[in-house]
Amino acid sequence: MALYSEKVMDHFRNPRNVGVIEAPDGVGEAGNPVCGDIMKIYLKIQDDIITDVKFETFGCGSAIASSSMATEMIKGKSIQEAMLLTNKAVTEALDGLPAHKLHCSVLAEEAIKKALKDYYDRNGLKYDHSQFPDCESCGQCHGE
Amino acid sequence: MIYADNAATTRMCPAAIQAMTACMEENYGNPSSLYSFGQRAREALDNARERIAACLGCSPREITFTSGGSEADNQAIFSAAKLGEKKGKKHIISTAFEHHAVLHTLERLQKQGFEITLLDVHPEGIVTAQQVRDAIREDTCLVSVMFANNEIGTIQPIAEIGAVCREKGVLFHSDAVQAMGHVRLNVAEQNIDMLSLSAHKFHGPKGIGVLYAKRGILLDSLISGGAQERGKRAGTENLPAIVGMAAALEQAAAHVDEYAARLILLRDRLIQGLEKIPYSELNGHRSLRLPGTVNFCFEGIEGEALLLLLDDRGICASSGSACTSGSLDPSHVLLAIGRPHEVAHGSLRLSLDDDVTEAEIDYLIQSVTQVVAYLRSISPFWRDLQNGKRQHVFAQ
Repeated sequence: MALYSEKVMDHFRNPRNVGVIEAPDGVGEAGNPVCGDIMKIYLKIQDDIITDVKFETFGCGSAIASSSMATEMIKGKSIQEAMLLTNKAVTEALDGLPAHKLHCSVLAEEAIKKALKDYYDRNGLKYDHSQFPDCESCGQCHGE
Repeated sequence: MIYADNAATTRMCPAAIQAMTACMEENYGNPSSLYSFGQRAREALDNARERIAACLGCSPREITFTSGGSEADNQAIFSAAKLGEKKGKKHIISTAFEHHAVLHTLERLQKQGFEITLLDVHPEGIVTAQQVRDAIREDTCLVSVMFANNEIGTIQPIAEIGAVCREKGVLFHSDAVQAMGHVRLNVAEQNIDMLSLSAHKFHGPKGIGVLYAKRGILLDSLISGGAQERGKRAGTENLPAIVGMAAALEQAAAHVDEYAARLILLRDRLIQGLEKIPYSELNGHRSLRLPGTVNFCFEGIEGEALLLLLDDRGICASSGSACTSGSLDPSHVLLAIGRPHEVAHGSLRLSLDDDVTEAEIDYLIQSVTQVVAYLRSISPFWRDLQNGKRQHVFAQ
């Protein structure tokens, strides 16, 4: 069996929503260069709906594919729906990831949540802090 | 397809395949059998041993066949440790960037009470004979230094290190898995007491290797059983692989200078081409390196993504990124030469075959340049480096 599913390779080779949004309504970044992956998510939000989303990723094939898939899964959705996106759902949508690559999907979820948190913060909206777990809770890397 | 991962394994040469096929078809007897058909296999075994010994500059009695480089490394180190322990010497010197077959064996010995000194290999990826001299103690029983590094290809001053060990009366082992067949190697001239080889790195078959041990060094058997290999390695000899290895080694040794002269020019063309990529750097010494091995770090990208996109362009290569190692840390070799984690993740090893062409080199340069530029264009890390939010490690 190949390392990655066809879905992963498709999203890696032809990433959706790659790029930057000028004047975004929310930006989130997860990961760090020491661990070898960084994801950055840019959101455009209108009336609680994510009207546009872009990503930039430094990382391996599954990191790029996870970001691409995650952006597709939240585009056009309400921020409430986007908040419910899990790394498990991203992994399943990609037809699975190798065990040692699951943290890539965790990063995608985290980057999106950070971007949503940024949106809440920018607009002075109230939110439940427990909804935004940080990088350390993943436990996959050294947290360096 | 451009196969540029010859440090991982090589294509078998026709001479090796022919020798193996003939052996499997016609000479399938057991070398331990008494009847003449068995003794014919024994003759082939002896003949292969003699030819391999001739290539190494040693006597046939000093050759033990193993399953490959890892087994040879294990046996060499455990044997030397056992000999040392008998004399109360439990200190071993090696380097920080050895193959895991050496490093993990040393870790096992450390747990058994041995003291291990791993020498620094400096930014150029070279350890010096003076470092070895300074590290040798009264209780040192073994120095193990690889002939050439498997990731960055740097060649170590083996003959000088061997001379120091001779002078100090310490056993000297060298893992020559990457070097054999690619650079001149002679155990007598280069003062080597023990040497590990693996056939599939010089166009021979997989699953077969050699441990050379200078006469007088008592090898400890890792595998118990029959009396094959003079009682030092039990199990019916893998004769087809052994004759294949002998054929491959003879051919490699006969052409080593001719191939190296041609390959070095192409290797340097590749280095010069890749250096034009901004914020990239060659890993390891510029000229003290294997004729076909090139290893670079590129800032702002990750190696596995680079490999996958090169694969789409028909290029087989390798990387020392964490994602390709299946662990969370990048290559211990790149860390040992002082590359920071974030740069080590963006590494690429290209190891060329003897028959690579200039046009293929140019295609490699073009492909790597384009793929690196693309991956940087989608990398937030690269963006931060460009806009000054993070500091570059390399000069432009």
